[in-house]
Amino acid sequence: MSIDIDTARKVARLARIRVTEADLPALAGQLSGILGFMVQLNEVDVSGVAPMTSVTPMRLPRRPDVVTDGGMAAAVLANAPDAREGFFAVPKVVE
Amino acid sequence: MTANSLTITQARDALRRGDLSAVDLTMACLVAMDAGDGLNAFVHKTPEIALQQARAADARIAGGDVPSMCGIPLGIKDLFCTRGVPAQAGSNILRGFRPEYDSTVTARLFAAGAVMLGKLNMDEFAMGSSTETSCYGPAVNPWKVDSRQLSPGGSSGGSAAAVAADLCLAATGTDTGGSIRQPAAFTGIVGIKPTYGRVSRWGIVAYASSLDQAGPMTKTVRDAAIMLQAMAGHDPKDSTSADLPVPDFEAALTGDIRSRRIGIPREYRMDGMPDEIEALWVRGTAMLRDAGAEIVDISLPHTKYALPAYYVIAPAEASSNLARYDGVRYGHRAALAPGDGITEMYEKTRAEGFGSEVQRRVMIGTYVLSAGFYDAYYNRARRVRTLIKRDFETVFAEGIDAILTPATPSSAFGLGEIGSADPVQMYLNDVFTVTVNLAGLPGIAVPVGLDRQGLPLGLQLIGRPWAEGDLLNHAYVLERAAGFVAKAEKWW
Repeated sequence: MSIDIDTARKVARLARIRVTEADLPALAGQLSGILGFMVQLNEVDVSGVAPMTSVTPMRLPRRPDVVTDGGMAAAVLANAPDAREGFFAVPKVVE
Repeated sequence: MTANSLTITQARDALRRGDLSAVDLTMACLVAMDAGDGLNAFVHKTPEIALQQARAADARIAGGDVPSMCGIPLGIKDLFCTRGVPAQAGSNILRGFRPEYDSTVTARLFAAGAVMLGKLNMDEFAMGSSTETSCYGPAVNPWKVDSRQLSPGGSSGGSAAAVAADLCLAATGTDTGGSIRQPAAFTGIVGIKPTYGRVSRWGIVAYASSLDQAGPMTKTVRDAAIMLQAMAGHDPKDSTSADLPVPDFEAALTGDIRSRRIGIPREYRMDGMPDEIEALWVRGTAMLRDAGAEIVDISLPHTKYALPAYYVIAPAEASSNLARYDGVRYGHRAALAPGDGITEMYEKTRAEGFGSEVQRRVMIGTYVLSAGFYDAYYNRARRVRTLIKRDFETVFAEGIDAILTPATPSSAFGLGEIGSADPVQMYLNDVFTVTVNLAGLPGIAVPVGLDRQGLPLGLQLIGRPWAEGDLLNHAYVLERAAGFVAKAEKWW
């Protein structure tokens, strides 16, 4: 399985990483190389084997559905590149 | 000998006897840290915090309350959040980020009286085996045999370099595929990755959540036991943290492994493995046999599939975890052109903020999780992971107590020598360590000897789940038999 330039462009878009057209061929080559390394997995007979969901058999802990934290908007916003009036600010999303 | 070259054990005893103050010990480390800039190990220094914590430790010691880590100066990997101190995970995308909170691990260490000297260099988001993907530039191995600068390994390469060069007494590390054990082996120190769930992941920047685990990097096995004790324990804020009692790890160091069964897995004898690694492994096996252990040949048949499975699963999880770096809540945001919308903001921010290895792994992860490929790659890798874990369960059920393997396929390599053309070449560094993460087991690297060039080589011991005490005891026996005392000669 190798990744062509169109697939590399699509993956970059899905990952929300801008890649210039000039860089796509090299990227496609590198991604193909990594996927080529993974092809070995096809040698393994995995019939009847369940995909691992948790490395330690455990029941996820539960707690009452109540508020346990909060009331710290200033701390939450302290690291934002652009915060205004208690909100994160981003470019216009809705026309 | 200055105080910065003490072990945790020696410093603890000297502090308790009153022969040394935490402030004097911290001052010695701060001097060594500043003199060690050529190693590029410390990337954010916190001398004011260190001295404040050292004074508090001295007051506590004067009051007779001396937990083992009280007054011990540490380096903290840049992946751990500590309140008010930069935490960039070695990435430009987190430039300027100052967490408003402490990770559970650092909070526990500070509550035990430990002193933070600063933050340590690492591969970007812990993705790498050489510290060369760091936005700060590579950390440098204090070991040197010719004109070349060597890599301290990675991703916890800054931690390894700082401990090996006596810039601090010990350091925190994290290990997703070998990132504690490989740099420990490259620098002649001890590093343990605990059982998955033993140490809380809360407040540690996530790479691959089902594999990530924090652990100590120290000068001796006893120090590892002492520091792991302070780091471990249940944390309700990490849903995968185990609600199990933490035994006394230092008390487990009896030095007695008579009649314990040590497995030697035949699949770890790789094609092209250097003779010296093979010879070291044979010597380590003899050391454990001489200590009264029974040596058993075992098979872990799915070993060769661990690396490819890892390089599906870890990038898949990373692509999800790193989605949060979008220029909205913290860190870098790209400058936008007129008319740019939110998608352009995401795409430009992530292209500018992430380095090339991180971009590659996020895209590989995106690909293996995308419609049409999810079953062929991601689910298949998770099935193989089940089989890798089953290999270990089988040998443990047959009575094996611990498994001895090489820690790395080579000694430290030179900066810039590996993987610049083919990223997969760098991935091969994790060949002996990555199985342990996939199976959630504890593993420890112990320095055992020097190669012909004079560089440290380590062996790895793998233990049963939750049996870190037992594992540390095996490592302690190996450490004593090997008698590794060599130190890097100071050139920096």
